[in-house]
Amino acid sequence: MSGAEAPDVPTDARLPVTVIGGYLGTGKTTLVNHLLRHADGRRLAVLVNEFGELPIDADLIEAAEDDVIALAGGCVCCSYGNDLASAFATLREREPDHVLVEASGVALPGAIASTLGLIPGLSRESTVVLADAETLGARATDRYVGDTVTRQLASAELVLLNRCDLAGDEALDSARATIRNAAPRALVVEVEHARVPPEALLDGVPGTVPGNLSGGDERARIVHPRFASAVLRSDRRVDINALVDWLTSDGTGVVRAKGVVRDIDDALRQVQVAGGRATVATAPRDAAPGLVVIGLRPLFHPAMLDKYATPTIG
Amino acid sequence: MITIYRARTILTMNPARPRATHVAVREGIVLGAGELDELAGWGEHTVDERFADAVLMPGLVEGHCHAMEGALWRYAYCGYFDRTGPDGTVHAGVRSVEALLERLREAEAALPDDGSALSGWSLDPIYFDGAKIPRETLDAVSTTRPIGLMHASGHIMNVNTKALKVAGLLRTGIEHPGLPLGEDGLPTGELKGPDVMVPVGEHVGFGEAVLHADEAGLRDFARLCVRAGVTTATDLAAQLPDEAVDMMLRVTAEHDFPVRVVPMRSHVGIAPAALLDRAEALAGRSTERLRFAGIKVHADGSIQGFSARLRPPGYYNGAPQGLWYVPPEHLAEILEGALARNLLVHVHTNGDQATDLVLDTLEAALVRVPARDHRMTFQHCQLADAAQFRRIAALGACVNLFANHHFYWGEEHYRLTVGPERATRMNACRTALDSGVPMAMHSDAPITPLAPLFTAWCAVNRRTASGRTLGEHERITVAEALGAITLGAARTLKLDGEIGSIECGKRADFAVLDEDPEAVGAEGLKDVGVLGTVQGGRVFVAVGR
Repeated sequence: MSGAEAPDVPTDARLPVTVIGGYLGTGKTTLVNHLLRHADGRRLAVLVNEFGELPIDADLIEAAEDDVIALAGGCVCCSYGNDLASAFATLREREPDHVLVEASGVALPGAIASTLGLIPGLSRESTVVLADAETLGARATDRYVGDTVTRQLASAELVLLNRCDLAGDEALDSARATIRNAAPRALVVEVEHARVPPEALLDGVPGTVPGNLSGGDERARIVHPRFASAVLRSDRRVDINALVDWLTSDGTGVVRAKGVVRDIDDALRQVQVAGGRATVATAPRDAAPGLVVIGLRPLFHPAMLDKYATPTIG
Repeated sequence: MITIYRARTILTMNPARPRATHVAVREGIVLGAGELDELAGWGEHTVDERFADAVLMPGLVEGHCHAMEGALWRYAYCGYFDRTGPDGTVHAGVRSVEALLERLREAEAALPDDGSALSGWSLDPIYFDGAKIPRETLDAVSTTRPIGLMHASGHIMNVNTKALKVAGLLRTGIEHPGLPLGEDGLPTGELKGPDVMVPVGEHVGFGEAVLHADEAGLRDFARLCVRAGVTTATDLAAQLPDEAVDMMLRVTAEHDFPVRVVPMRSHVGIAPAALLDRAEALAGRSTERLRFAGIKVHADGSIQGFSARLRPPGYYNGAPQGLWYVPPEHLAEILEGALARNLLVHVHTNGDQATDLVLDTLEAALVRVPARDHRMTFQHCQLADAAQFRRIAALGACVNLFANHHFYWGEEHYRLTVGPERATRMNACRTALDSGVPMAMHSDAPITPLAPLFTAWCAVNRRTASGRTLGEHERITVAEALGAITLGAARTLKLDGEIGSIECGKRADFAVLDEDPEAVGAEGLKDVGVLGTVQGGRVFVAVGR
């Protein structure tokens, strides 16, 4: 029997989804609000487990209906309860550019990510798990929630260790050790107020396809002590298999990458990397080469990309 | 107008007068139980002889069931044991995969020819020697309709190829622990856990709407209650949106609606502060036959779904630790808020670690809000040990144990989930009573059949479906069991001043039986026939009787 019943959605039409997890009070809502404030024209959709306590800062809210809250800049927020699939059906009508799923405080983000894999037409981005630097060490050994907290961390591709400004040295060390043990392969960033460059989690602002970027020093686009971005703009042929192997391997510090690259067979291909997973697809007809890579210092350095900018075997 | 019913005998559950021959009723209230000449003093009356050959006992109270069972009877019954529907039809158990397919073919033939879904419920392949039911097996019934069969446990569903197709899951490359794959790389059609059951459920008749009883479902649920001798039944863990509340108010007010429904608002999908407000607002809308009792919280999952939170040493088969369904901080906020606002909370705990968490949380909340008569009730509380029952008693909490589970899944617990020692002491009714904990027992219908007399039989005999007595030392007496399904359950709902016994001033709620449940003894309890009920002084005959 032939299997493929799911519609074959072209990669570019897939809706990018980021799962945001972490125990109660670690700053998930703060992160969501931060991203909404810096959406810069991206239409974000936020899925929260439950309404009740306001999941969104009041000044961002334009109108609240039963199931959907309309937000500034064309963004929306819905609750999903126990039915992610139908929440996505509702969301699609709003044509968002990117969806953020905010997990409940005891949910396992890995389980949510698995469930997202069952919904056709999505492209799963990194699973981000927040941790509270002040309390993580104690929570991770708590009799009741310790295993939940460490299982949450274990499913992270990117851990944001939040409230580092408030934590004492001892708590911070304990938090770092907890993350190293629970999520040895995850990229870890220490942050305050969940502030991360939006580009680290979201696609570029719509309309600014990497290949069409204007000049200037692209490497300086992200202003953050830990994040760095690089743009590969060469129109020369690149061995995409090798490039993707490198982008997805441990130790390179790559958080995400997206853009168009000319392959060794001269075809233009769209490359997308997030959460250590890559998708390569035929590029849209009008695409021009250009790949944005965002990574974490010191593992990642923009110059690392230079070798791919030189011609490979033609 | 006073009616004095004569009966063969009346079990009153009133220690001052345990037995009577007559009961006098005026305007839905019991004036008294005794001899005719004792009751005649109330004034002008008529003597009603219709129960002269029957036995009366207090209307039974089901403290943990779900009104959705009424709606499920529209679907094909696929359980292993015979089960009676709302209209009195006995649906024979399906004892083999062949019998299952036969049942489904009959149901399929009765459906309109429009490709609509074929749904079945209460399937339990454990009894088919654990046979799997891959989608190809169900395809023999239909390849054009989506078919979905909900397991008795509620934790697994089997579907056919068409159902996977319409849900967009008939494809390779799926990686999900709840979706086992066949050799062809495609899902086998077995769906494990809510994450995968919910998205497919809506295509096979188990959408959200079915899970909350509709108007017809609520009436059918009430008919089941009459058949079971139940005059008060919970609808535990409902979402209770305004539309549902309006519908329930309307239907339960119908003059011939035969049962007092006690809904509790689930904590799911609403933040703690809003939940407390909602529960308080609902309580204000209660009527005589619709009592919004408070809040139901799920602390953990289920034992046979391996989502219950167990203390060390954990699951017998080595399955990983289960899941929290509420953050402990939210539980604390709900309990403390409820104590301060005098709202009743029932908390689902299956695993012993979940019970520990709730005990610790309640203890701390009581220090801050020393409410004296909170009656927080542990629902299921299946793995509680003696020390936990002592703490439950000390904190003034109640339990509602899942006695039926022992019959249906006791062997499964023994062999697979918690192992022999804990399986032998699960649902420890004897220990609960000896510890002085107010105790009810339940069916969790539709998970197991709504039938408190059967539940009483389960607690008295502790026999598994294969006939083994599991936990002799936890058996309770017939009198204790009858107390648990009447006054015991009423106490957990704070209704024991109104119902649960037949005595002066209480609601005229009776179960009308064909045998004396105390006289038939431990073995006969489950076979006592229910002729009907009297609820609020109104007489209801069980359909088919």
